Amino acid sequence: MSNVLSLTTFLPILGVLLLLFIPKDSKGVLRNVTLAVTVVTFLVSLIILTGFQANAEFQFAENVPWIAAGPFIMRYNIAVDGISLWLVILTTFIMPIAVLSTYTAVEEKVKEYMICLLLLETGMLGAFISLDLFLFYIFWEVMLIPMYFMIGIWGGKNKIYAAVKFFIYTMVGSLLMLVALIFLYFKGMEAGITDFGLLNFFSLKLDMATQIWLFLAFAFAFAIKVPMFPLHTWLPDAHTEAPTAGSVILAAVLLKMGTYGYVRFAIPLFPDAAHKFAPLIATLAVIGIIYAALVAMVQEDVKKLVAYSSVAHLGFVMLGVFAFNVEGITGGMLQMLNHGISTGALFLIVGFIYERRHTRLITDFGGLSKQMPIFATIFMIVTFSSVGLPGTNGFVGEFLILLGAFESQLRWWTIVATSGVILSAVYMLWVFQRVMFGELDNPKNQKLLDLNAREIAIMVPLLVMIFFMGLYPKPFIDKMDPAIKKLVAQVRVAPVNAQTMPVEAVSQKMPAGYQENGMPPGHPGMETPSASQAAPAVNPHDAK
Amino acid sequence: MDMISIPVVNMTPILPEIVLSVLAMALLLINVFAPGGQKSFLAYISFIGIIVAAVLVGTGWGNHIESFSGSVVLDNFATFFKVTFLVAAGLAVLISDQYMEREGCNHGELYPLILFTVVGMMLMASGTDLMTIFLGLEVMSVSLYVLAGFNRANRKSNEAGLKYFLLGSFSTGFLLYGMALIYGATGTTRLYKIAVIVGQMTLPSANIMLVAGMLLMMTGFAFKIAAAPFHMWTPDVYEGAPTPMTAFMSAGPKAAGFAALLRLFLVALPTLQVEWSQVLWVLAVLTMTVGNITALRQDNIKRILAYSSIAHAGYALVGFAAGNGTGTSGILFYMLSYAFMNIGAFAIVILVAKKGETNGNVMDFAGLGFKRPVLAVVMTIFLFSLAGVPPAAGFIGKFYLFAGAVQKGYIWLAVIGVLNSAASAYYYLRIMVYMYMKEPTEEFEWVHVTAPVALALIIAVAGTVIPGIVPSFILQYAQMAVKLL
Repeated sequence: MSNVLSLTTFLPILGVLLLLFIPKDSKGVLRNVTLAVTVVTFLVSLIILTGFQANAEFQFAENVPWIAAGPFIMRYNIAVDGISLWLVILTTFIMPIAVLSTYTAVEEKVKEYMICLLLLETGMLGAFISLDLFLFYIFWEVMLIPMYFMIGIWGGKNKIYAAVKFFIYTMVGSLLMLVALIFLYFKGMEAGITDFGLLNFFSLKLDMATQIWLFLAFAFAFAIKVPMFPLHTWLPDAHTEAPTAGSVILAAVLLKMGTYGYVRFAIPLFPDAAHKFAPLIATLAVIGIIYAALVAMVQEDVKKLVAYSSVAHLGFVMLGVFAFNVEGITGGMLQMLNHGISTGALFLIVGFIYERRHTRLITDFGGLSKQMPIFATIFMIVTFSSVGLPGTNGFVGEFLILLGAFESQLRWWTIVATSGVILSAVYMLWVFQRVMFGELDNPKNQKLLDLNAREIAIMVPLLVMIFFMGLYPKPFIDKMDPAIKKLVAQVRVAPVNAQTMPVEAVSQKMPAGYQENGMPPGHPGMETPSASQAAPAVNPHDAK
Repeated sequence: MDMISIPVVNMTPILPEIVLSVLAMALLLINVFAPGGQKSFLAYISFIGIIVAAVLVGTGWGNHIESFSGSVVLDNFATFFKVTFLVAAGLAVLISDQYMEREGCNHGELYPLILFTVVGMMLMASGTDLMTIFLGLEVMSVSLYVLAGFNRANRKSNEAGLKYFLLGSFSTGFLLYGMALIYGATGTTRLYKIAVIVGQMTLPSANIMLVAGMLLMMTGFAFKIAAAPFHMWTPDVYEGAPTPMTAFMSAGPKAAGFAALLRLFLVALPTLQVEWSQVLWVLAVLTMTVGNITALRQDNIKRILAYSSIAHAGYALVGFAAGNGTGTSGILFYMLSYAFMNIGAFAIVILVAKKGETNGNVMDFAGLGFKRPVLAVVMTIFLFSLAGVPPAAGFIGKFYLFAGAVQKGYIWLAVIGVLNSAASAYYYLRIMVYMYMKEPTEEFEWVHVTAPVALALIIAVAGTVIPGIVPSFILQYAQMAVKLL
């Protein structure tokens, strides 16, 4: 099966073709077929998972010519490595859950909804596996369309505003990235690069000024998607208005596009600029963590609260990634998966009570644990996962991130960020308390039914993953570790202070270490990167 | 005694033009004898004629034949554009019948006029002499003035025709004056000779007559392609003209304007490229920005598409300002794609509008998405393509246009271009918002989609989607077309 990656990516499109022939009134058939398609896609993606060798190479590669005209050559160039592998699996894993969650939530225009979901899956998978910059851009933009319709058609009362805002925000960012991409291509052409293949560009030596501009363009596009403070304002709107499945996918997968973009593109393509901007990005990440946590605390709408918690969690991911060491990036990658699972689960939970009560205001609830014990238990586990309680997946990721960032030049940022962990506990536990405990005094709540079998079935895989990744993250880390080590080495090769000297000359002069940018020399927290590379202070495997 | 020597004229380069002219005249005659009211068959005959012409044009690919003492040339550049014109005309013919029938102005002269317009446009694309280009332009323009005012009973259509005629003649004056000055400066109207003479000048940019001629010609064509600040006529004319003709006008003549402009500037005045590309830089920025910002505030869908067509001329000017192979081939690709997607979008507008175009506002699209899902999906494809969202031809075209600018070093021009693109997404999305996210205020009349319109929509969708996914072959043709320019 040499093209199993293409198969996984385009199976949902085949599903769309199938759906077109099903009459729109047979809602049950539409739902079941979509579910079947996503489950099959997941099973096929397991072939990738099991066949994936734990090394730093790109695997399951497919590379055929696609467009060749004028100065440009674009190829259908796809593969997975340890970094994208897990995001592919996360996507295929979340999709059946998202589909299942719509069985009662979406009653109108089911066919169109299912088509949107499947198109979205292809777009997301394609973006994760593309190794051709142009191909990546195509998938990156394609994702926008179904998500736009999902928010705009099936969303809440401000759906149109939210949908248009989501689309325009993302498009502004990605179009600037497109210009940068074209510029990069021409720079590469001067150096003899003949196509848009990402790996070619890793060896490209760009001067600092060019790197800064290009990095800014890429970083801006990804920062909108992450979203990073202060570009996050589309997210609460989009999340609040989107239907449950939309929110789940948005939180679980789409936001990862941004952080993945940094890890796969912005940082390795422009390592010097990435180092230069690390303090700025870390600052924004930390502001995001604290600010979003504070805002989450005062939300009256549960869904908005979860949306803001997303901003905070993604801030942690960014902090870890910009630590540029193995622990930080591993933590960041794990946290991407964790956030996908726990925030996805939170949105599902919010969806469950919204379906029952058609309100999401915290004050409308209280004492639900008496009426809905199963629901309460599940909610509690997910809450713990979200706040990063040891034993759940959230802990492993956050711990590694903070560890990695603390060892790096970002020590002071880390100290501030750590308070975000406490804040997240404050708002999550507080909302849990207000919704679940207290008097069951609202008569409407006294008639609530507990979760049914389908709803429990949706949550079980997520709960299993919460504990599995919390107690035994080794298999996850093992597969991503070589790729992350390679990335760290790649980013480290480039020295930081290269404003004037050609890059190669500098790297010859400074073989062992380099001045960390943004930190005074002789700072206690300073550590030569070569040392930590040779012997990481803490083996990520011990973190379990 | 000297004999008057008649040069041997090779008719091959203008064979398609001859076919279309003869057909147009024949149709005028047939129309007289046609049974009253039955004009549909004229559309079918025209469509077949257009296909025949397209085949003839297609067989000319790869040739380079000069004729009429070097005032007309058959080359790949002309061939590519001729195909674009024929696509625009073919689609326009297909969508005209139903509309004209409904509006009660199904006069048989419509089709010959469209064919004459095409002949004029073809001459513009293959003209290598200022006079040929001018004649082509006039043949095209005069027919278009009539087409814009074709719905005689409609005041807006009359206004459109008159306005287009007055401003069009005015701009022709500029153009002709510019051509006269060029002739004054160089002593010839042959583009190749102009190039040689300008090339021999020690400092051509200091030759005021030459530069003024160049600028005046640019102004004249800027009117034709609706570039800001010479775009004022566009919205009124586009709104008033019968919708199929608006569709045709937005795609065909615009492409013809670019064809003539490209050949003029790249063949005759390459030595002044530094000068004209600066002017075009400014013109491109103005055109994109004015078009998009004004379109944001419109409610009438024909006006939205009119302003957006100004913006699209701006994107094409970005590639022109770059002036390199990437940018200019981008123009060729974009004009062809634009013919498909824009005429397609107008076809949907025709179907949604009621008699007398009372249903021409964005609000009237409310609920279309679920009442007429196929039409809405088709419209969505066109709109996303116009907005430049992949995978659609509009995206690939914009990519090459902006890539040309980046390659040339005009990074800021490309940045302004993409920001404009993002702004344009707003008004395209707005139409989709109404189609999919708002409830209809009144019941839809079940519009019957006639076979020709359905065919037009199928062709337009194919022309929008397929080059978006596998654009290589068209791009390569476009590259070849501009190579020998």
